[in-house]
Amino acid sequence: MNVNYIFSLIVVVVLFLLAYVGVEAAGLQVFFGVIIPYLALVIFIVGFFYRVMGWARSTVPFRIPTTCGQQESLPWIKQNKIDNPSTLLHVLVRMALEVLLFRSLFRNSRMELKNSRLSYKLEIWLWLFSLAFHYSFLVVLVRHLRFFLEPVPFIIKQIEVVDGFFRIEFVSEVLTVGLPGIYISGLVLLAAVTFLFLRRIFIPQVRYISLAADYFPLFLIMGIAITGIMMRYFTKVDVVGVKELTLGLATFHPTIPEGVGGLFYVHLFFVSTLFAYFPFSKLMHLGGVFLSPTRNLANNNRAVRHINPWNYPVPVHTYEEYEDEFREKMVGVGLPVEKE
Amino acid sequence: MNDKNKIIAGLIIFGVIITFPLWYNMGKASPVPEPELTTTAKAAKQCVRETEYMTAEHMQLLDVWRDSVVRYGKRIYVNSSGKEFDMSLSNTCLDCHSNKAEFCDRCHTYASVDPYCWDCHIDNPKEKE
Amino acid sequence: MKDLPKPDGLVSMMDHMPPKDKGWMDTPVKIRKGMYCYASNPKSVKYLGLPYPREWSPMDDDWKLPENWKEIISEGFRERLERFRSFKIFMDVCVRCGACADKCHFFIGTGDPKNMPVLRAELLRSVYRNDFTTAGKVLGKFAGAREMTLDVLKEWWYYFFQCTECRRCSVFCPYGIDTAEITIMGRELLNLIGLNIDWIATPVANCYRTGNHLGIQPHAFKDMMDFFVDEIEDITGIRLAPSINKKGADILFITPSGDVFADPGTYTCMGYMMLFHYLKEKFGIDITWSTYASEGGNFGFFTSHETMKRLNAKMYAEAKRLGVKWILGGECGHMWRVIHQYMDTLNGPANFLEEPVSPITGTKFENAKSTKVVHIAEFTSDLIQHDKLDLDISRNDHLKVTFHDSCNPARGMGLLDEPRHVIRNVCEHFYEMPPNTIREQTFCCGSGAGLNAGEDMELRMAGGFPRANAVKYVHEKYGVNMMACICAIDRAAFPDLMSYWVPEVDITGIHELVANALILPGEKERSTDLRSEPLPGMEDEADE
Repeated sequence: MNVNYIFSLIVVVVLFLLAYVGVEAAGLQVFFGVIIPYLALVIFIVGFFYRVMGWARSTVPFRIPTTCGQQESLPWIKQNKIDNPSTLLHVLVRMALEVLLFRSLFRNSRMELKNSRLSYKLEIWLWLFSLAFHYSFLVVLVRHLRFFLEPVPFIIKQIEVVDGFFRIEFVSEVLTVGLPGIYISGLVLLAAVTFLFLRRIFIPQVRYISLAADYFPLFLIMGIAITGIMMRYFTKVDVVGVKELTLGLATFHPTIPEGVGGLFYVHLFFVSTLFAYFPFSKLMHLGGVFLSPTRNLANNNRAVRHINPWNYPVPVHTYEEYEDEFREKMVGVGLPVEKE
Repeated sequence: MNDKNKIIAGLIIFGVIITFPLWYNMGKASPVPEPELTTTAKAAKQCVRETEYMTAEHMQLLDVWRDSVVRYGKRIYVNSSGKEFDMSLSNTCLDCHSNKAEFCDRCHTYASVDPYCWDCHIDNPKEKE
Repeated sequence: MKDLPKPDGLVSMMDHMPPKDKGWMDTPVKIRKGMYCYASNPKSVKYLGLPYPREWSPMDDDWKLPENWKEIISEGFRERLERFRSFKIFMDVCVRCGACADKCHFFIGTGDPKNMPVLRAELLRSVYRNDFTTAGKVLGKFAGAREMTLDVLKEWWYYFFQCTECRRCSVFCPYGIDTAEITIMGRELLNLIGLNIDWIATPVANCYRTGNHLGIQPHAFKDMMDFFVDEIEDITGIRLAPSINKKGADILFITPSGDVFADPGTYTCMGYMMLFHYLKEKFGIDITWSTYASEGGNFGFFTSHETMKRLNAKMYAEAKRLGVKWILGGECGHMWRVIHQYMDTLNGPANFLEEPVSPITGTKFENAKSTKVVHIAEFTSDLIQHDKLDLDISRNDHLKVTFHDSCNPARGMGLLDEPRHVIRNVCEHFYEMPPNTIREQTFCCGSGAGLNAGEDMELRMAGGFPRANAVKYVHEKYGVNMMACICAIDRAAFPDLMSYWVPEVDITGIHELVANALILPGEKERSTDLRSEPLPGMEDEADE
């Protein structure tokens, strides 16, 4: 038993109950359907800007890229322009690969010690599932724009078509799955977030470093995915009613439609919680990855001087002081001196 | 190094993207679609099952119907009150709801749903009349 | 040394399973003999004017801290968050994915979970969250926050002096979080309350006073050079007259003092001298040494940014005084991190120097046009490419060479192929170690960043294990008997490491290999290499 994930799980369960009971028993539709989402959005935007500007306020006194390849050097030595960028263009390519494809994580390996011998095995899973997680989440987010836009733009519809490419249907007397059409992104998201959770539980080192703050967003996103999947494929929800509510939010004419169940409000509450929690947490890596000085600077240090805005004078031991102390000894062995 | 401007520019772009829904809809009236019932449909009072169920799960029902007709040749559907229906989109559903554009499409378009029913059932003969 | 376990024993201690019963925050630090370096000598701290010089010992309960130490730390923390965006970002964005964990040579070698880079950073982050973040203040331990206590401070000290700032973890981190940066900040904070180690503090004081870490005074420096002149004369029959502190020389040469002081670095030092003699004879180029700036390395870098600047200032000052055109830097690791990524910013602009051009080949070193310091591997590679060196590479035939990329030139600069180009042109037999252990993924010697003391030998042998293991691999596979490196700490640390793990392999600098092959004008037929060991086919002559 690990107190960290139990704690996070309990928090997510409590959030679930709050929204569900709040809507079903206490009739707090306006609170969970209007006030909380607006509040969450405001906290997200203000918090996100505040955090990033906090980073921007801190200076970058030195140019300290981590170089992961050959530097720009002599003509017969081939530079690795992506991993050791020396121009803005190189940096942009490096950053694009970092942000879009998690290039550094792709290097990951697994150390193995057997009979006093070390070896390094390919370790692709963390990279693969992280990529799957982030991209499926992105697709899910973009897809949900259909609830916030009217008319729904063509591009969003196309994404839905691609996402629904696999027509998986299962029809029986008891259970029918597949209509509305299965979106692969939602399932990948749930699978990936589950993987990320399980590796935190089962890899001893990762379990050791994991904080409650690491499990919480995983459980929350799991909750979001599960409630979403439940509504779409199992318990069903009045989609037109849902869109009436969400579009009301987007057009600043909030309404609470009839006939939208508690599960939807739970889903919305989870998403709102995620947004509101975002700026206070490690999820800010979304912004931070762009600002990491070991990645976003060119390694042209010796060619272009970097300015440190707070570079201040320091006491130094001057040559005069040095010669004053050692002059006799220097003269004794025939070393040239300034003052005889 | 003064890169505050770049960071602020980045933040503004991010802000514009995440608030996209807020300004995209600006100035557009988007009333909630009201499916229109034909006189026949109104007269029938209830569909094959209660309205609430039909709103949320009609696609599922149609799927079961298709399965039952195409795979097992079973064409008769009996609802909870014992009433019998021919399991047919064209002949049963569209018989009452002969106004596809006003009944089906309104909500489907609003919710950005693109049912593949119409891949085969393209021409509604009753609508033409 | 006598307490050092045997290699097998050390390997059997490498259990990478963290404790199951207790979290890391609830496991107080246990400072263990063999794993730490002695506390700084108050005299050295005082000489530099750094705060709170005093006698103290890590093993004592009482570290004789100033009364308001928590305030000092907290204020220092705040100040550094504002000054270093790197620090603030690295405090904020880690997701604890664990990709860095088994990339650290100290974690691999010790199995101590707090040597996982992520946990090393969490030592600071936990306090950061408590003092500077809303979530930490509200949620406390569940947000991963904890209060600063004496135990936490001791943990900081123990683990920030178990990191060699090698940056290997930073290569694998999806956000580029650099533990070197974390350790640098951690050590700066510790230095605010006088908690340095002596292996750093005393070299820094020495360097401030005498110009080099070892405290070699100018006359002794000259003596040592004279000794090398005699040695070289014995081997080649040529008597060198190296320039020292010479005004009006073309180029100022600066290299770590370790190479002047101890084997096998001394052979590399002799190599430099022979190369410069050759260039002087053949092309009339005058390259001078300096006693005032007789240290390339910079242990100030392991103390604080300010101390680094204080020591580094001598390079430009001396170049200006001597009126040279530009500076040539010797083979050294962290020296090059400082020169490449800090020097120009700290003590530049060096407007009094010229943009470096090789006077022999005319090659413009475009990549060094602002800092005006050229790495000797770049310089020699250029000489070789233009066929300016007379080489007899058969004189390195008895060597099967592999190359160790030093951490800082690899990951703080990207100097990877220049030394390889030189090596391939001065010796016949060259073999690479496995790909996961070279170039940007190179493993540290385990003794960098000021940890190459004698009292922490177990730590060093454990930390150097991944490197030694790769050396062992090429030794067994190809019969490699010599590892070349471009770092003076490597040359000081590896002999111990090799004799512990792979005793059959020796250590050399690449300019020892160059000088072995280099034919000096008018030299006699050599019967030995620079180590006075017989050359292949000359075993009989050498015995005489």
